Amino acid sequence: MSEQQYQKYYVPAQSPWPFVGAVALFLIAVGAGNFVIETTKGKEGFGGWILLAGLVVLFYMLIGWFKNQIDESMSGMHSEQLGRSYRQGMSWFIFSEVMFFAAFFGALFYARVIAVPWLGGASNNAMTAEVLWPGFEAIWPLVKTPDGTTTTAMGWFGLPLANTIILLTSSVTAHFAHVALEENKRGRLKLMLGLTILLGLCFLGLQVEEYVHAYREMGLTLQSGVYGNTFFMLTGFHGLHVTLGTLLLIIMFFRVLKGHFSPQNQFAFQAASWYWHFVDVVWVLLFVFVYIL
Amino acid sequence: MSTVADDLHHDDHHDHKPSGIKRWLYTTNHKDIGTLYLWFAFIMFLIGGAMAMVIRAELFQPGLQIVDPNFFNQMTTVHGLIMVFGAVMPAFTGLANWMVPLMIGAPDMALPRMNNWSFWILPFAFLILLSSLFLEGGGPNFGWTFYAPLSTTYSNDSTALFVFSVHIMGASSIMGAINVIVTIFNMRAPGMTWMKMPLFVWTWLITAFLLIAVMPVLAGAVTMVLTDKFFGTSFFDAAGGGDPVMFQHIFWFFGHPEVYIMILPAFGIISQIVPTFSRKPLFGYSSMVYATTSIALLSFIVWAHHMFTTGMPLFAEMFFMFATMLISVPTGVKVFNWVATMWRGAISFEVPMLFALAFIVLFTLGGFSGLMLAITPVDFQYHDTYFVVAHFHYVLVTGAVFSIMAAVYYWLPKWTGKMYDETLAKWHFWCSLISVNVLFFPMHFVGLAGMPRRIPDYSLQFADFNQWISIGGFAFGLSQFIFLALLLKACRKEGEPVSDKVWDGAEGLEWEIPSPAPYHTFETPPVVK
Repeated sequence: MSEQQYQKYYVPAQSPWPFVGAVALFLIAVGAGNFVIETTKGKEGFGGWILLAGLVVLFYMLIGWFKNQIDESMSGMHSEQLGRSYRQGMSWFIFSEVMFFAAFFGALFYARVIAVPWLGGASNNAMTAEVLWPGFEAIWPLVKTPDGTTTTAMGWFGLPLANTIILLTSSVTAHFAHVALEENKRGRLKLMLGLTILLGLCFLGLQVEEYVHAYREMGLTLQSGVYGNTFFMLTGFHGLHVTLGTLLLIIMFFRVLKGHFSPQNQFAFQAASWYWHFVDVVWVLLFVFVYIL
Repeated sequence: MSTVADDLHHDDHHDHKPSGIKRWLYTTNHKDIGTLYLWFAFIMFLIGGAMAMVIRAELFQPGLQIVDPNFFNQMTTVHGLIMVFGAVMPAFTGLANWMVPLMIGAPDMALPRMNNWSFWILPFAFLILLSSLFLEGGGPNFGWTFYAPLSTTYSNDSTALFVFSVHIMGASSIMGAINVIVTIFNMRAPGMTWMKMPLFVWTWLITAFLLIAVMPVLAGAVTMVLTDKFFGTSFFDAAGGGDPVMFQHIFWFFGHPEVYIMILPAFGIISQIVPTFSRKPLFGYSSMVYATTSIALLSFIVWAHHMFTTGMPLFAEMFFMFATMLISVPTGVKVFNWVATMWRGAISFEVPMLFALAFIVLFTLGGFSGLMLAITPVDFQYHDTYFVVAHFHYVLVTGAVFSIMAAVYYWLPKWTGKMYDETLAKWHFWCSLISVNVLFFPMHFVGLAGMPRRIPDYSLQFADFNQWISIGGFAFGLSQFIFLALLLKACRKEGEPVSDKVWDGAEGLEWEIPSPAPYHTFETPPVVK
C-alpha cells in the first residue's frame, strides 16, 4: 500500500452511547433478574419496571448510536478499510449466534441420543431403568416423561411446512433486494425489501398461531419434559431472532426510502441481509431436526 | 452535520486528551480502555482475593469457626467467578487493548465505540453479582461451575441475578474478542504479515476465536439453568427426560476452551519477555504459532476429562484421556522453545524476566499435575480433592496471574514513561514467589491424602498442612499490596524517565514509539520490512 492510496482510518471521538448502553444492559439485567424471581415466586417488586426502563434506555441508545453512525457513513467518513472492519465484525457476531444455537441443538441431540435412551435402560443402565423408572418407554419425540407428564408431538406438515416455505422465499427476496441495490434499481429494491419484511411478519404471525395451538389444543408446553423444552427454546430463540431481523430490515426499508445506500456504500443493508440469511439457515436446521426427524 | 465536523477537527489535535470523568466514561481510545480494563481487573483481583482470605481463615483450623457453611460456599463460588471473569480475563483484554494496536502498527482498535461498551458493561455485571451476596438467602453458592441440580433444584432465588450477570460478562467477552480479531485481521500495518506478528498478537488472535466460539455456549448453559429453575423445564432433570450430566457436558464444552482462554495470552506474554531479556530472537517462532493453534483446536475435544467420575461409557473415558494427554505435546513444544531461547543467551534478571522464569517453572509444574489428573483411573482418586485445587491454582495463579504481572512490569515503563520502583518490584516478586508456593504446594499433599475441596471443615490429620496453606495465603494476599503501592507510584509518574526502547533487548513496533506512548499512535501506519 503506497502512501497516496492510504486513507486515514476513522477513529471516532468520544461517544456517550456505549456508556448509555452499559447502563441500559445493567437495568435490563437487574430488572429481568428480579422480574423472573417476582413472577415465578409470587413476590412483590419493581423488576418489571426496571426491565422496561432498561429497554427504553436501550432503544434511546440504539437510536442515538445508529444516527451517529448513519451521519458518519452518509458524510463519507468511512474508508474501505473501516467497511471491512464492520463486515468482519458482523460475520464474527453471526458466528457467535451460531454457537449460541449450537448449545441448544447440542442439548436436543444429547437428550435424544443419550439421555432418553439411557433412562430407558440403554448402554449399561438396564437395572437403573428397572429400579428408578419401570415402564418408561424411550421414544422420540418423548411424549411421556419418566415422571408421567404426557404431551403430543408437533408434526411437520401444514403450518411448519408453510413457515419453511415462507422463510425460504423471504431469503430469496432478500437476495433479489440486494441484487437490485447492486444494480441501482431502486424500485425493485423497495419492492423486494418490502416483500421480505412482509414474509417475515407472516412467519412470526404463524409462529404465534402455532404456539397458541400447541398450548391450547395439543398440551405441548415449555413444561412438557425435554421434548417441549427443546422445542420451545429452539423455536422461541429462533423467533426472537426473526423478530430482531425483521426490525433491522424495517430500519433498512426506511433508510432506502430516504435514499440511503449505493452499490459502494451499503454495509448496514448487507449486515441486515446476512443476518436474515443466518436466521433462515437456522430455521432449516430446526425444521429438519425439531420437526421432521 | 456540525458534530461530525467537530469530530474531524478533534482528531487533528495530535495529543489532546479530553479531561475529567467523561474522558473515561465516553472514551474510544484503546489506551484509555486498556487502562480501565487493567485497573478493573486489579480491583476485582483484590476483592476476589479478600474472599480467598475468608476461605483460608475458615480453613485455618478444623471445625467451623468464622463463617457458616452457606456463606463459605458463596465465598468459594464468587471467588472463582470473580477471578475467572473479573480478574484474569479482563486483565488479558486490557493488555490486548493496550498492546495489540501498538504491536501491529494500528491507530486504534478496529471498533473503538464497541470497545468502550464491552468494557463498561463489566463493572455493572459484577455489581449485580456482588450485590446478590447481600440478598435474602445470599448469593450464588453452587461453585463457579454451577452444576445442576445445585444451581437449579437446590439454589436460592438470587440465581436469576447470577444468570443475567453472566450473560453480560459473556456479551462483554464476545464484543472484546470480536474487536481483537477484527483489529488483527484488518488493521495490521503494511508489511506486517501473519508470520511476522509478535506472538502476543498471535496468541490473542486464537484466544479471541475461542472466546467467540464458547462464550455463547456458556450463555446457553446459564439460560437452561434459568428456565429449569424458574420456568419448569427439565433439561437437567431426569424426571422430565433430561439429564444432570448433560449440564456438565454443555458447561465443560465451554469450560475447557475457557481454560485455554486464560492461558494462551500468557504464553504470548512469556514469548515476548523471554527473548527480550535473553537478548536472542525467540527459538522456534513458527512452531510456537502451530503449537498455539493445536492447543486451541484440541481444547474442543477434551472437555469430558472434567467428568471422569460422573458416569460415561468406557470408550468416552478412554477417548477423553488420550485426547487430553495429546495437549502436553504442543505445550511441551512451548516450554522447550522458551528454554531453548534462553540457552546461551545473555540473560539479565529484571523483574519481568523473574516473573517469566517463575512462570515457566511453576506453570510446568501445574502442567504435570494436569497430566496426572488426565489419567482416568487415578483421577478417580484425585477428583474433587485439594489436588485439583492445587493443580488449577498452579496454572492460574503462578501461570496466568504471574504472566499478567510480568506483562505489567514489562510494559509499564512504556505506558507511563517512567521506570517502576525496582526495590518494591523485587520485594513483590520474591514475597509472591515464596508465599504462593507455601500456599499451593501443600495442597497437593492434602489432596492426595483425600481432603475434599469446597468443604468448610476437614479431618484432623490435615490440620498442620492447612495452617501452612493459610499462612501462605495470607502472605500472598499481603504481598499484593506491595504491587498496589508500586502501581500507585507509577500512576503518579514517579521514577526515572526511560528511553523509547526501555529494555535493551526489546524488539517490536511498540518500542519504536516514544515513552510514554502518546495518546494517539500510528495514525499513519508504519511500514514493516
